[in-house]
Amino acid sequence: MSMSVSRVARAVAAKDLRIELRTRVVTNQVLPFSGLVMIMFAFALDSDDVLQRVAGGLVWLATLFSMFILVQRTFAVETYDGALDSLRVAGVQPQGIFLGKSLALFIELLVLEVVLFISAVVLYRVSVGGLGAVLLVTCVLCATAGLAFVGTLYGGLTAGARGRETLLPLLLLPVVAPVLICATRATESAFESGGVTVGEGWAWVAVLATFACVFGLGGLLSFGSLIEE
Amino acid sequence: MSTAPVVDFVDAVAVYNGYPALAGVTMQVMRNEIVLLQGPNGAGKSTFLRACAGLVPVVRGSAHVLGCDLVIDRESVRERVGLLGHQNGLFADLTVMENVSFWSTVVGATTAERGAAMQRMAVDGQLANRRISELSAGQKRRCALACLVVRRAELWLLDEPHAGLDAKGRDEIDLIIKEAASAGATVVVASHEIERAKNLATRTVSLVAGQVRDLS
Repeated sequence: MSMSVSRVARAVAAKDLRIELRTRVVTNQVLPFSGLVMIMFAFALDSDDVLQRVAGGLVWLATLFSMFILVQRTFAVETYDGALDSLRVAGVQPQGIFLGKSLALFIELLVLEVVLFISAVVLYRVSVGGLGAVLLVTCVLCATAGLAFVGTLYGGLTAGARGRETLLPLLLLPVVAPVLICATRATESAFESGGVTVGEGWAWVAVLATFACVFGLGGLLSFGSLIEE
Repeated sequence: MSTAPVVDFVDAVAVYNGYPALAGVTMQVMRNEIVLLQGPNGAGKSTFLRACAGLVPVVRGSAHVLGCDLVIDRESVRERVGLLGHQNGLFADLTVMENVSFWSTVVGATTAERGAAMQRMAVDGQLANRRISELSAGQKRRCALACLVVRRAELWLLDEPHAGLDAKGRDEIDLIIKEAASAGATVVVASHEIERAKNLATRTVSLVAGQVRDLS
């Protein structure tokens, strides 16, 4: 029986999303956590001007914090009863596992970001115009793809490690720093906060797209050896 | 049908966590055999099974499984072997049907093959819609075996398959193993249940300190 990468990817993504729908970790734990982070920032900064200026950065920071929980959760499902071992023994293409887990993480992060951006509009009173919306959507898609690829890659790397709960953020934070910076700058452009224009944001989106391509390709090539003993 | 051994290890050395868990194992398993691996804890039984599945590298000697040279390539054999270790490899939040379906999709098995595997392991009917987390140890084991059956593995590697099961569950596992062998599979079982496994096995092999002592 041959196993195509796309079939494995679809099966893994569907399985991860089904588990999420059933356990509701995103809706019952991650969303309230990220909402609390947004509210705490609002209390801490307590100035509409400042909040509007930094809204983009706060949304992406809350996304990163929440991403750690999601990545750990998605690999805990695989390692809890040795399912990742079973997938390896079955000769399942690691590229399929990588793409499937990345896709599921991408969708979960996207849901989270939509809620975070809505809460930024409500809490921080930011607004976005027509061209800004196009920039924002492109930025969100590229940044989320990058985060999903790099999260899956490092999640696989630390899946079998001792102390993975603390190791993952330690390894992942420096790597996702470029996403935080670029996505924040592009979002500021989309919101036209701090005097920047929408046009200035596209260069940052190009960096985000490059980041996503590099880690997507890197993950496809190296995920197999990362999950080997 | 080929008369070549399904498992052919000669002076095989495998290192696990920096320790030579297999210290020069020489062993052959022929097609349709049910071989019982016995030995004390830490003797290398699990490492041997994992090496056969291509999960643990063989660093010295030669090791062939189903004609694949594990020293050169540990991955190509994996599609043809089924390893059931101490863990079941199931997703606790999914139902029995969803778990078996996942494996069917991944390996490209048909709906009929999935149904047959579930029926054979008696995890169809009402049990099919229950979550894994709600099942007994024996039911989980049967579900894991259904996932193994749907993969049509040629070599079954079973590590303590009777662990945690009641007498009825153990009888069922024995029956499943015998059926697998009669259907053409080769089975290697590591077990501490010596008397029970001896009745099941066609040959018994003892592993002590990473080396083989054939008791057949």
